[in-house]
Amino acid sequence: MKGDFKVNTLLEINNLHTKVEDMQILKGLNLKINEGEVHVIMGPNGAGKSTLANTLMAHPKYTITEGNIIFEGEEINNLKADERAKRGIFLSFQYPEEVPGITVENFLRTSKSLTSANPISILNFRRLLKEKMALLKMDESYAKRYLNVGFSGGEKKKNEVLQMAILEPKLAILDETDSGLDVDAIKTVSEGVGLLSDSKRSIIIITHHNKILQYLKPDYVHILIDGKIVKTGTSELVHEVEKNGYEAYKNLN
Amino acid sequence: MEKRKKTYVHDVDRGVYDIKNEVKFRYKVKSGLDENVVKDISKQKNEPEWMTEFRLNSLKIYNEIKLPEWGPDISDLNIDKIITYIRPNTNMQGSWDKVPEDIKNTFDKLGIQKAEKHSLAGVGAQYDSEVVYHNIKEDLIKQGVVYTDMETAVKEYEPMVKEYFMKCVEPDDHKFAALHGAVWSGGSFVYVPKGVQVDIPLQSYFRLNAPGAGQFEHTLIIVDEGAKLHFIEGCSAPKYSVNNLHAGCVELFVKKDATLRYSTIENWSKNMYNLNTKRAIVEENATIEWVSGSFGSKVSMLYPTSVLKGKGAKCEYTGVTFAGEGQNLDTGAQVVHLAEHTYSTISSKSISKSGGVATYRGLVRMGKNARHSKSTVSCESLMLDDISKSDTIPVLDILNDEVDVGHEAKIGRISDETIFYLMSRGISEKEAKAMIVRGFVEPMSKELPLEYAVEMNNLINIELEGTVG
Ligand SMILES: Nc1ncnc2c1ncn2[C@@H]1O[C@H](COP(=O)(O)OP(=O)(O)O)[C@@H](O)[C@H]1O
Ligand SMILES: [Mg+2]
Repeated sequence: MKGDFKVNTLLEINNLHTKVEDMQILKGLNLKINEGEVHVIMGPNGAGKSTLANTLMAHPKYTITEGNIIFEGEEINNLKADERAKRGIFLSFQYPEEVPGITVENFLRTSKSLTSANPISILNFRRLLKEKMALLKMDESYAKRYLNVGFSGGEKKKNEVLQMAILEPKLAILDETDSGLDVDAIKTVSEGVGLLSDSKRSIIIITHHNKILQYLKPDYVHILIDGKIVKTGTSELVHEVEKNGYEAYKNLN
Repeated sequence: MEKRKKTYVHDVDRGVYDIKNEVKFRYKVKSGLDENVVKDISKQKNEPEWMTEFRLNSLKIYNEIKLPEWGPDISDLNIDKIITYIRPNTNMQGSWDKVPEDIKNTFDKLGIQKAEKHSLAGVGAQYDSEVVYHNIKEDLIKQGVVYTDMETAVKEYEPMVKEYFMKCVEPDDHKFAALHGAVWSGGSFVYVPKGVQVDIPLQSYFRLNAPGAGQFEHTLIIVDEGAKLHFIEGCSAPKYSVNNLHAGCVELFVKKDATLRYSTIENWSKNMYNLNTKRAIVEENATIEWVSGSFGSKVSMLYPTSVLKGKGAKCEYTGVTFAGEGQNLDTGAQVVHLAEHTYSTISSKSISKSGGVATYRGLVRMGKNARHSKSTVSCESLMLDDISKSDTIPVLDILNDEVDVGHEAKIGRISDETIFYLMSRGISEKEAKAMIVRGFVEPMSKELPLEYAVEMNNLINIELEGTVG
């Protein structure tokens, strides 16, 4: 699919249907994302935003019943989460898990070595970690703490962005990474995400708020309702939603 | 440690732990148990008469006591088929060069010689019923530290052995204590004189090689007033189709102001009945620290007990139990608070998988005189699938009301969400599970010297090999 005269498509979602515990949640979702683009997905609670994120990351509870996901020109429907991660897909979780006994540093080093083509020395890894933590205004002591254990909601979200910054994925999906953060933290986190954003990497931002959009300029904004994308537009759409809520889009199904 | 290749047959291949040597022995008694067998063992060892009497009396008690009526089923254990004593084809040596090649190689592969060079102050190695190697650093000998095999101790330190031997765990304690009293063989004797701080650990390793044999080593440690010791015990055996029995006994005497850390990684083959008794008597302001890892065996009944006898005595217990397919591991810490201001902290973790059963059976007794004492118990179980079992049976026996006793139990299944979270970062499902398990036991790994923490992780990986998915 790679043409000379157009930008490369990174992700293509065609007619995606997903079931969770026998409930049909995604009902024919289409989305195309080119390299370097930033997409925002908004929608009411329960619309299926996290379901989309989980399906993209191959959560075993979310079953694709129809349609496909094409990443870099290849269908990845049957790839497991770890294989997708190795291809460069990253999900910043809405509710990150706590893993006792595993330090942030050890976890990230394992993950980094598994997802990158070139091995990184311990020394260089430490340097990288230190640099990214400083950027995200995280205290260095967090590196030695157990993964997310005893972290506040905001600290967990920052830790997700830290992981993203270290792993440098091609596609980052941020599932409400901005919720639970105070204004300053949103700024820090957005800047962190912004640094990753370049002409090759793409980002999907799932959000309820427009605060994060003051820092990250989306190329497209989508409205997801009842398992489908019902409207696509530019930043303008965010303001529209803000004014009118989602009611107006519910009949567009 | 070198990378070990494993093939999955019926049971988990335990790599180096499964090395089987041809059984070469100098002497073995006939299987089963009667007065003649017991007398024969004593005669082989050339023991003083009081010890022969002690053995015969223990045998009498053994024949009178019933099997415990609680806990795992051990009716499959037939003592008539167990060879209680098998002397390896060597004398005890002070140099590895003199130990027969096959035995030496086994211990080498188990990492004993390497650990001896790098991180231990003394090593004892037992093969079947007798200790084949013992050595201790010169400077410890100069400070009066005694570290030798029990057989030698009975002869050379007879008064001390007579005073302490099976005074902490008496033969009438339970059926297998009586059995131990009758047929005990091998094990280590340690004496640390007043005020001596042994900064580097001593280690005894017990290796059972012969099929259908029993191992009944006796460990007797006396840490005198104000002294300090870290003792490490390791055990393993290869897998045979016949049942083996391990009924060791560990007696620890921790005198006033002394500290003893007793670390164990038991790693038995899955045909082993591990009915081991460990107990410490802790005097005024003294501390006993147990670090206990139970891997392998068909059935384990192991309840390290601390008797806090003196005012201010303390006990800390950290234990991990891993029960896989066909295993029933019944373990737990018991603490008897007898004096005022005594403290115990117990942290137990168990993992069960592929139908394994892990039970925590603990006891905290606060005696009448144990006023102002405190005990904190925390038990956590992790089940790796739906067919495994985990249970917590904590018994609290409180005879005065000026105490503070806390108990916390958590039983959980390995979380699919956590596995997914780790997988989303490029970690395979298998490794994600292993990571979660390693994280779960981390509080214990961190208490172990580095190479033992590595060994424990290695054992966890071996146990997880068989996990489906
Ligand atoms: N793991 C799950 N188990 C059961 N139901 C789920 C699960 N995940 C999502 N759902 C259901 O799917 C619907 C969409 O949820 P979700 O994708 O989380 O919405 P959003 O993120 O847009 O708020 C909701 O009705 C929710 O209850
Ligand atoms: Mg959501």
